[in-house]
Amino acid sequence: MQHQDADIVIVGGGGAGLRAAIAAAEHARKEGIEQRILMLSKVYPMRSHTVAAEGGAAAVTSEEDTLEAHFEDTVAGSDWLAEQGVVDYFIRHAHRELVQLERWGCPWSRKPDGSIQVRRFGGMKTARTWFAADKTGFHILHTLFQTSLKYPEIERLDEYFVLDVATVGGEVAGVIALQVATGELIALRAKSVIIATGGAGRLFQFNTNAGIVTGDGMAMAFRHGVALRDMEFVQYHPTGLPGTGILITEACRGEGGLLLNKDGYRYLQDYGLGPETPLGEPKNKYMELGPRDKLSQAFWQEQKAGRTGKFADSDVVYLDLRHLGKAYLHERLPFICELAQAYINVDPVTEPIPIRPAVHYTMGGIETDAQCETSLKGLYAAGECASVGLHGANRLGSNSLSELLVFGRLAGEQASQRATATAYADIESLQQQVQDQEKQVARLREANGSETWVGLKREMVQAMEDGCGIYRDEQGMQRALDTIRELKSRYQDIKLSDRSRIYNTELLQCIELGFGLDIAEATCLAALGRRESRGAHQRLDEGLQERDDINFLQHSLVFFNVDAPAQLRWQDVDTRFSAPAVRAYGDAGKGA
Amino acid sequence: MTTKRLSIQRYLPEQSKTPFWQEFEVPFDDSTSILEALNHIKEDMDGSLSYRWSCRMAICGSCGVMVNGEPKLGCKSFLREYPGTISIEPLAHFPVQKDLIIDMEIFLEHLAAVQPYLINDSQDSNQTHKQTPAQLAKYLTFSDCINCGLCYSACPQFGLNPEFLGPAALTLAHRYNLDSRDQGKAQRMVQLNREEGVWTCTFVGYCSEVCPKSVDPAAAVNQGKVESAKDLLINLFKR
Ligand SMILES: Cc1cc2nc3c(=O)[nH]c(=O)nc-3n(C[C@H](O)[C@H](O)[C@H](O)COP(=O)(O)OP(=O)(O)OC[C@H]3O[C@@H](n4cnc5c(N)ncnc54)[C@H](O)[C@@H]3O)c2cc1C
Ligand code: SF4
Ligand code: FES
Repeated sequence: MQHQDADIVIVGGGGAGLRAAIAAAEHARKEGIEQRILMLSKVYPMRSHTVAAEGGAAAVTSEEDTLEAHFEDTVAGSDWLAEQGVVDYFIRHAHRELVQLERWGCPWSRKPDGSIQVRRFGGMKTARTWFAADKTGFHILHTLFQTSLKYPEIERLDEYFVLDVATVGGEVAGVIALQVATGELIALRAKSVIIATGGAGRLFQFNTNAGIVTGDGMAMAFRHGVALRDMEFVQYHPTGLPGTGILITEACRGEGGLLLNKDGYRYLQDYGLGPETPLGEPKNKYMELGPRDKLSQAFWQEQKAGRTGKFADSDVVYLDLRHLGKAYLHERLPFICELAQAYINVDPVTEPIPIRPAVHYTMGGIETDAQCETSLKGLYAAGECASVGLHGANRLGSNSLSELLVFGRLAGEQASQRATATAYADIESLQQQVQDQEKQVARLREANGSETWVGLKREMVQAMEDGCGIYRDEQGMQRALDTIRELKSRYQDIKLSDRSRIYNTELLQCIELGFGLDIAEATCLAALGRRESRGAHQRLDEGLQERDDINFLQHSLVFFNVDAPAQLRWQDVDTRFSAPAVRAYGDAGKGA
Repeated sequence: MTTKRLSIQRYLPEQSKTPFWQEFEVPFDDSTSILEALNHIKEDMDGSLSYRWSCRMAICGSCGVMVNGEPKLGCKSFLREYPGTISIEPLAHFPVQKDLIIDMEIFLEHLAAVQPYLINDSQDSNQTHKQTPAQLAKYLTFSDCINCGLCYSACPQFGLNPEFLGPAALTLAHRYNLDSRDQGKAQRMVQLNREEGVWTCTFVGYCSEVCPKSVDPAAAVNQGKVESAKDLLINLFKR
């Protein structure tokens, strides 16, 4: 059995993982200690899904903007389910992180005088979103990756698939990983482990996420008794391309794009987001710059009313950018022009882009405290896989790239700190766990049942789309939960067609599906339990269509059980600065 | 739905050391990409087919393959563009590990070799640098590289000598050399001036033709040659 030791192991090489790695290295240097930092990723770091983020990263920047305003927007955006102490920490540290990226070479878009340019984003009172054209995530990820090469103490194991975290005596002891190129298992003993594995958008059929966004890390923590928090809140982005789900960034609307129904009417004014703003004068929190949950819900209503158009098999509305002109579009939104042309053969300069909502972001995740540590000592989580408490019931666009940086850094520093004062766990116990994993993987590779991962996956994504969509009701969610539980038992009877060791991608997809089913169950359970409507969780059931602060100003927590169904509990929300108020946009939200 | 024939080069090292060809008939419409066709084969026809992919939107750089002998991103090439049977092979000039999966390590080594990060003496400031749109425009296109490796498959020199730093790494070096915030050019020129640096390039220009992100690595390498010539000349006089 192969084995290696590292003070800090980081699972995931996206924005959060890379930021954590650099922070840990810096921290150790500052303390004058030597630490080995090992980053594992199932794909090369620059393939991580952070690369696909388009629009930008938020931080209070301009003279007129205030920290209070960013705080209020985030808390109202969360429908008061954010942890307010965490939001406070976030808004105070976001700017410094974006500056840090600039110091590392990120090609942020600039004003003529050479200072940073910001753009408007939905749900934000004012323009505070830093951007690098419409490839912000791409530039952030490559800047972080390239900067990480400066630090010899950061070592990488690229294309290593982490199967499980190892624990000894109720504390984290390392991770167990599979080297994709060989199929060999390896034990990595560590004093601290950071999970930074990203979201779980691939639980749903129609989504903006990359194929690797399967929620692995969430399931690993969950299976070790760490709670998954607020999993019922799944963000639908209002503007995905029909067919593929490829994202058309919100920055299009920030730059002045219009949303039209099939009659060319700006329907958002009918959904509490008006009055209509004049062409070329986008206004924060009005119309197209309302928050994502409201916009996706408006689509659903228009679809029901028969006012959506058709593109191939999809019902669509239209994003009109034509008035912005070719030169401006090619400067500010070049990637969008490229994507629309390549994937649906539409030139945004001359034609409106057909779009529809698609699952985009997992608000919930691995429960951590405000320092990114989970209930399992020594295990940290950061980025989209984590629920540090920033997003509550609805995430504001451009808050999450900043989150990766602010909390990636914090997790890295905390993990490094812990590693200075902790010893490695006993290796024998770790090796036992690796042998157990080895048996499980071998069993799966040879599995010869009657189900295929493809069949089960298709049923899972369909069930989640049907039961946990933009609007939900009791029956639909119950059906989804029943289906997921049935799929979990059928998963035991799976069959693989590829029995090889080298690059057995079928085996990995099968393991990812196993992770996915656990999280899907948690999502359904939390959704059923939340008998109110809040943020991204909107119920059609009689009497449950409004927010209910008396009973549900609470986080949901789902706990895993080995031989029994998972269990739902509730947790108080930190509302120390701002008491829940009505969440209003457009003129109705004036002064808010 | 109409179908199209894909002929795929397979390589299953645990079974045989020789690659073989296998044909699949896949349904397609106007929007079906090569990647979607591969996914269809994997999910519905042959679960052992192995290839890399992730974003399916031409930004993560995972899915490079040879399509009818040309390096392409699978997710940004469409079946409709090819009449007749389409041949799919792993990217040329890289060692193959399994089916369409190549060994990328050498590519990553080359990237790391050019010190692709800002080098300057202004430590720990909490202020942003000023950089005008014109200064940004100098290097911005060269920073758009998604590390897909297509240009290495297009480059005959890399095919002959994998030690050649190659188009993407040289472009990345150039990107940082052109950045108004950077002072590391002297350090990077050491790599560029080497025999495996810019001078290996014979200016075929095919790299820029195949680049899916219009990065124009050939231009970067050429500009790098001018810089290297200057640098070598200066060093000569210094001696
Ligand atoms: C299309 C799109 C556009 C977006 N645009 C914006 C935007 O404009 N602004 C904004 O703020 N947010 C945006 N977001 C959200 C934001 O990009 C993501 O929340 C964020 O990038 C997630 O980063 P991460 O580091 O947590 O995870 P990721 O970047 O997804 O990285 C996860 C890492 O974990 C690794 N991993 C996963 N499982 C395993 C395993 N089992 N073993 C080993 N490694 C594993 C992966 O290899 C990867 O390296 C967007 C999201 C999408 C989908
Ligand atoms: S320069 Fe172009 S072809 Fe070469 S790796 Fe970069 S994106 Fe790919
Ligand atoms: S799958 Fe990401 S570039 Fe093709």
